[in-house]
Amino acid sequence: MLAAFLAASVRLAVPIAFAALGGVIAERSGVYNVGLEGMMLSGAFGAAVGAYATGSPIGGLFVGVISGMLAGFILAILAVSFRVNQLVAGIAVNLVCAGLTAFLARAVFGLSGAHMSVPGFGPVNLPGLSGLPVVGPAFFIQDPLVYLLVVLMLGVTFVLFRTQAGLNLRATGENPRAADSAGVGVFHVRYLALMVSGGFAALGGCHLVLSQVYVFTEQMSAGKGFIALAAIILGRWHPVWAVAAALFFGVCDAAQLRLQFSIPDIPYQIFQILPFAAAIVALVWIVGSVNQPEAAGKPYEREER
Amino acid sequence: MPRLVDVIVKLRTVWATLLALALGGILILASGADPLAAYGALFHGAFFDYWGLSSTLVKASPILLAALAVIVPLRAGLYNIGGEGQIYIGGLFATLAGLSLPPLHPVPGIALVVLAAMAGGALWAAVAGLLKAFRGINEVIVTLLMNFIAIHIVSYAVSGPLLAEGAPYPYSEELPAWLRLPILMPQSDAHAGILFGLAFSVFIAFYFTRTSHGLALDIIGRNPKAAQYAGLSVRRDMVIAMMAGGALAGLAGGLEVIGLKYRLFHLFSPGYGFDGIVVAFMAEANPLLAPVAAFFLSGLKAGSNIMQRAAGVDGTIVEAIRGLVVMFVAAGLAWKFHGSSVYAFLQARRKAANHPIGAADP
Repeated sequence: MLAAFLAASVRLAVPIAFAALGGVIAERSGVYNVGLEGMMLSGAFGAAVGAYATGSPIGGLFVGVISGMLAGFILAILAVSFRVNQLVAGIAVNLVCAGLTAFLARAVFGLSGAHMSVPGFGPVNLPGLSGLPVVGPAFFIQDPLVYLLVVLMLGVTFVLFRTQAGLNLRATGENPRAADSAGVGVFHVRYLALMVSGGFAALGGCHLVLSQVYVFTEQMSAGKGFIALAAIILGRWHPVWAVAAALFFGVCDAAQLRLQFSIPDIPYQIFQILPFAAAIVALVWIVGSVNQPEAAGKPYEREER
Repeated sequence: MPRLVDVIVKLRTVWATLLALALGGILILASGADPLAAYGALFHGAFFDYWGLSSTLVKASPILLAALAVIVPLRAGLYNIGGEGQIYIGGLFATLAGLSLPPLHPVPGIALVVLAAMAGGALWAAVAGLLKAFRGINEVIVTLLMNFIAIHIVSYAVSGPLLAEGAPYPYSEELPAWLRLPILMPQSDAHAGILFGLAFSVFIAFYFTRTSHGLALDIIGRNPKAAQYAGLSVRRDMVIAMMAGGALAGLAGGLEVIGLKYRLFHLFSPGYGFDGIVVAFMAEANPLLAPVAAFFLSGLKAGSNIMQRAAGVDGTIVEAIRGLVVMFVAAGLAWKFHGSSVYAFLQARRKAANHPIGAADP
């Protein structure tokens, strides 16, 4: 019972966690990524198309990540090169992704095939660990993307805090002018960070399609990208804590699903509010004790002053 | 004498919109249809046909108000992305008021329902305004999250406490007939809601250019620090601007109930709050240009169904074009043209958004 609940929490947290990791990378480089929702959606669409075309979830993963990186590239053009307000640029990316995926999905799968099922990933037992009581079935009989999330979380943490590339990225987000004087290509770093960010958010979308429901539906990201924005702040712009915050939102989501079934007298919509309300409460609770990257939200202009 | 370059720069929103339509045309071509025929059907159906025009007006009513709901806070430097949720809460409050009113003359009755809708939207938006002004929490994230909460609250209300007896589908009891808004085009659905939007466009333009409080809001939007030094109550006015925006979006939701549906339905707004963001950008945050942009976008949406039937192009293409419009308009407005007042205006907005008052942002 507890193991099943925890396993469901992990499954529901994974898309949020991927998007939050991507958001951490973007914001550490000094760009708000409000477009996570749209990038997740384009990742989901790419995953469905890729898996449908190649007949393999690996192909889906590949196309999905490319689609997300493309959305990240568009955000970079708007927010880094054109210096559009980063919040506006992110909203524009969300609207474009929502519209394009809806149109293209009907073009590719057709109206009748909207519920066409694609091949996906099944659970993989980690030998030895999956036999443990409670934690075994909860954490070690999951699909491959869950393990990929853990690897990437540790990888991002290592790169951010232990390598020159990570130092350059953080310098770009804290003080782009100083980074620029030190020879760091601020524009290159931000472009790369946003494309990687888009790829990560897209992995969240891939998980929705390839590991959860095996179809693409319009608007299937359903606000998970926005909850990820809260997870970034709650996780204080640290990869590990951001994933932990995502896990908290996953627990809220799993709890609301369980409550829907255990208390059928109350309309289920009241429980669906839970993850969103939890995100707002978490923001209110944590604010004041966090330091965001100094230059986040500010477009960088080289010729200024 | 206006130079040609200035004219071209002034019209860049138009160019951006045309570019979005052109890209949409490529998509239509790629899906195997004739873009010119498709757009021909779309625009004829939207603007040059009695029923199509009425359908355009029906959509323009909430979209124009939702755009004003973005514009008013934007003038004070705040991004209200919560129009969709405020529309839902406005619809809920209008329904609660409409179902509980004793029989009245239609004029005070409609006035009360309208006020209830505006109060609902304002209260909903006040949460984001207060959190931004006093805790420094990014209003974009809060309003985005609250959209989902509002939509679920309305779904809960109409499938629980407000559910009409014997309803096969989640909707509320019908509001009394005397609360219905008059119809502008006989036999059609085109109700008088659009008049509220037009009146508010003029009123808001007047407010920002001719009153001291409007001027104060504009100063806060351009430079909140200077505004604070000048002795303006920045925090209070931020909350007020956000609540005014919420009231306008709430009104949009209320008018949908008493003008079009006469009941509260779940999921009754197909993203009008987000259309409002698109229109606010197309109008460059100018309340007097908002009706033109709202009429255009409503036409695109109304015409998309006709295009789907006539040219076989899926109507969701309009959703894609809508996103492309925001993208190109935003890029066009941010493109650096020295000496351009539009650029200076948005530059000020951007600076304002980057230097929030009080605690850490977001």
